[in-house]
Amino acid sequence: MTKEELLSKLKIIIVPYVQNQEGLKNLTEDTDFIKDLEINSANLVDVVLDVEDEFDIEIDNDAMEKMLTVKASIEVIENKLASK
Amino acid sequence: MGKRRVVITGLGVVSPNGTSVSEFKSAIKNGTSGICHIEELKELNFSCQIAGLPKYRKDYLNNYFTSVQLRGLNASGMEYGVIAGMDAWKNAGLSINDSEIPLWDAGIIFGTGILGVDKFREAIYKVDEGNVRRLGSTTVIQTMASGISAFLGGILGCGNIVTTNSSACSTGTEAILMAYDRIASGNAEIILAGSTSDSGPYVWGGFDAMRILPHKYNDNPTKASRPMSASASGFVPGSGAGALVIESLESANNRGATIYGEILGGSINSGGQRNGGSMTAPNSEAVQYCIKKAIENAEIHANDIDAINGHLTATIKDSAEIQNWCEALGRKGIDFPYINSLKSMVGHCLAASGSIESVATVLQLKENFVFGTINCEDLHPGIATLVSRDRIPNKTINFSPNIIAKASFGFGDVNACVIFKKY
Repeated sequence: MTKEELLSKLKIIIVPYVQNQEGLKNLTEDTDFIKDLEINSANLVDVVLDVEDEFDIEIDNDAMEKMLTVKASIEVIENKLASK
Repeated sequence: MGKRRVVITGLGVVSPNGTSVSEFKSAIKNGTSGICHIEELKELNFSCQIAGLPKYRKDYLNNYFTSVQLRGLNASGMEYGVIAGMDAWKNAGLSINDSEIPLWDAGIIFGTGILGVDKFREAIYKVDEGNVRRLGSTTVIQTMASGISAFLGGILGCGNIVTTNSSACSTGTEAILMAYDRIASGNAEIILAGSTSDSGPYVWGGFDAMRILPHKYNDNPTKASRPMSASASGFVPGSGAGALVIESLESANNRGATIYGEILGGSINSGGQRNGGSMTAPNSEAVQYCIKKAIENAEIHANDIDAINGHLTATIKDSAEIQNWCEALGRKGIDFPYINSLKSMVGHCLAASGSIESVATVLQLKENFVFGTINCEDLHPGIATLVSRDRIPNKTINFSPNIIAKASFGFGDVNACVIFKKY
């Protein structure tokens, strides 16, 4: 899976939780889920569960804590996919 | 300083026989039953395989919930309560607060017996499988009792009291009186009051096990709920939500709001599970005392009551309830007020019963009718000796009640009685 494919899948997952649609339009690797997209922090756990379902991976608590930006999330997903 | 006057300015309802106030109004006028066969209950070997269940398409929820709120939503009581609550708010001409400042003078008192049972079941399976990490963020907010008031409070932006009360089958009527007290005493201007009850086998199963539900009407559901009837054989379980916007008269007049009726007062008490009262049976002395105190609190006379909306569940206790009304009011025979039971059409909506029935009661005041109680053609002989037959219409009558008393009684020997007046 290329990084672009991965990014587009991630984007589909986060869309329902985004409260700042402007931030979504300008989505980049540096986009911060809470600051830029105004995703409710309680919903971050739901994003992670949706990511697990989509990519058929399991994300442990340590990895989960890192998933606050698009870039960090992609790194976590890539690592988990590689070790599958 | 005397009590401030308190009125009702908005109604919302999700009932087995109507999921909007207009549908509900024509259903209760026409004696339309919302009781139906539930295949799931049959498959699960329930004795009683019928229930009162509100019916709407799933996509109807898009009008009330955001897509995020709908993800993983598995709490029927939350659906009913949010629909009824938001409908009442809009019906009152109030808008959703989209500013950053909470409405300090507006609150929510929205009761329930238990919330999100299906969600809780989902969670139990995951926890038992050792998979607690997969619960997601929504389990707590859908299964905490106050989930319903929290949801409504957040959607509407309320900044006054936001709470959930719980007193079994008197919950809805209690919520209205709690709202009344808070506004009458000047601690709030507007309160969205109501109650909700989940549907489904996990809520109704415990009652089925107590053998207090009818089991001979599985093929004839609309005839099953028979309050005040000689052939009454137990209450039909129901579900849904009712909501009333309760407001100070001053605030309602300042807004130019439509006023559906006035709340003159009421009373809440308990029989202490003494003197014939128990966890499941009422202490008659306490019931009578509750009604008398409600009349006193409302500053009216027993003879001023034109109609009663009873608790009347269709169990052997209906005769005792009528006897208690007779004693408390000092009225009987032809002198007794009109009396009816909504449960004949929707079943016993448990925690939601008091609020749904109060919506029906207020509609009678506003629209000048007394709805008929269906399925009581064969009036119970114990009731027939107390009250003249024509005081218990089985078809809706054109009559303009000025004052209606509404009472609810619940497990735990708890009672609530509210006095509504035409405005």
